[in-house]
Amino acid sequence: MKAIVAALAACTSLLAISIALGQSGNPGKSPAVAAPQYNPAIYAELQKAPEKARKRTNPLQNDPDAVAAGAILFEQHCAECHGEAGQGGKKGPSLRVAEVQIATPGAIFWVLTNGVVRKGMPVWSKLPEPQRWQLVRYIQSLGEPGPAAESPAPKP
Amino acid sequence: MVFSSRFVLPGLLMVSLLAVFSAPSVFAQENPYIVAYDHYLEEPGNLEIAYFSTFGTQHGGNDFHAFWGEFEYGVTAWWTTELYLDGQTTFQDSTVFTGVKWENRFRVPKREHFINPVLYVEYESKNGADKVLKEVEGHDVESDFLIPNAVARKDHIHEVELKLILSSTFKGWNFTENTLAAKNLSNSPWEFGYALGASRPLALKASAKRCTFCRQNFIGGVEMYGGLGDRHSFGLHDTSHFLAPVLAWNLPSGWTLRISPGFGLNDRSHHFLLRWGVSREITGFGAMVSRLFGGRK
Repeated sequence: MKAIVAALAACTSLLAISIALGQSGNPGKSPAVAAPQYNPAIYAELQKAPEKARKRTNPLQNDPDAVAAGAILFEQHCAECHGEAGQGGKKGPSLRVAEVQIATPGAIFWVLTNGVVRKGMPVWSKLPEPQRWQLVRYIQSLGEPGPAAESPAPKP
Repeated sequence: MVFSSRFVLPGLLMVSLLAVFSAPSVFAQENPYIVAYDHYLEEPGNLEIAYFSTFGTQHGGNDFHAFWGEFEYGVTAWWTTELYLDGQTTFQDSTVFTGVKWENRFRVPKREHFINPVLYVEYESKNGADKVLKEVEGHDVESDFLIPNAVARKDHIHEVELKLILSSTFKGWNFTENTLAAKNLSNSPWEFGYALGASRPLALKASAKRCTFCRQNFIGGVEMYGGLGDRHSFGLHDTSHFLAPVLAWNLPSGWTLRISPGFGLNDRSHHFLLRWGVSREITGFGAMVSRLFGGRK
């Protein structure tokens, strides 16, 4: 038993040290990564949304707070993979491309809800429906001209 | 074992604290459950470090404080693995390390359904002084805890546990039903138990401003759990059951706090359990480890 506990201690210590080393070059931020090469096949999931789901409209489309709230949600849950401005990251594709921007709100909502589990995107149904619609509104604002791709409210 | 409880556990605690405070974190939308599981797994590549405490009353004996640490890692979007280290202090007796547990949860369906099954497989190596009550199974009852630590810790248990987690999300509510079957690898019968949970955020829409005390950051609910006997005597006879309101507070800084007062539902159960826990999700843990070993930059 002593051996098991000692092995556990060694493993945990190693993992903790790796955390510290891993972030040492990039204090406070995730490492900057190049966006992955554009690959239209990645966006095929949007086409798999059933007709009924695709036709759903965003109940918060005209909510004046939806983009700002969605921006904060995006930063909290999505930016880690898709990049801080949705430009794409090591794990997730860009959300600024035409495939996403011309997709219906219902199709984006469907992908958010169901994830692409076998390809690494978790299901996000743990966010309540209104929050997912706020995210959809923000994601679609990334393709709008001008200040639409609002940065989230500054951190206090 | 003295070596383990006096040096290794405080060492692990210090190392974990260092990691928790220094590593980059991410806002976690954690459910409030302490016993029940829902179908949401850890995000791939993230590590959640958690500490939980349970204070329990003991009829006819000394009250206790059981505690455990959790290291939960998202291997993929459909597989989460988790390591637990357990211990307890029985007042006017002693503090002992009670064991380790390794659990794995596998999401079965590719997409979201009305009921979402998750398979759970666990191996546990513990001693008889274990009091964390993370699950209640078989004929676990309050009087089991009357045995002094010095005696109980001599009993070594190797156990395999299987769970079927069925979880649904509907109009902001989460409903989950867990059924468990556990087998002591010595010659003991299969034991059974259950856990049920329901929870909902206090607000469904997110605020357009950053906030710590917004209602959407709080998730309240209730869970109920207990034993269902064993293969030879299945049912509620000689089993314990608990009902516990639960509350989680997800802070924007990445911390999650949970609290849950639990109440025994029959005279075989501890009358009162007070549980609380704190956790933090560390983002990109897998990538950090990969970089450490010369992986992709």
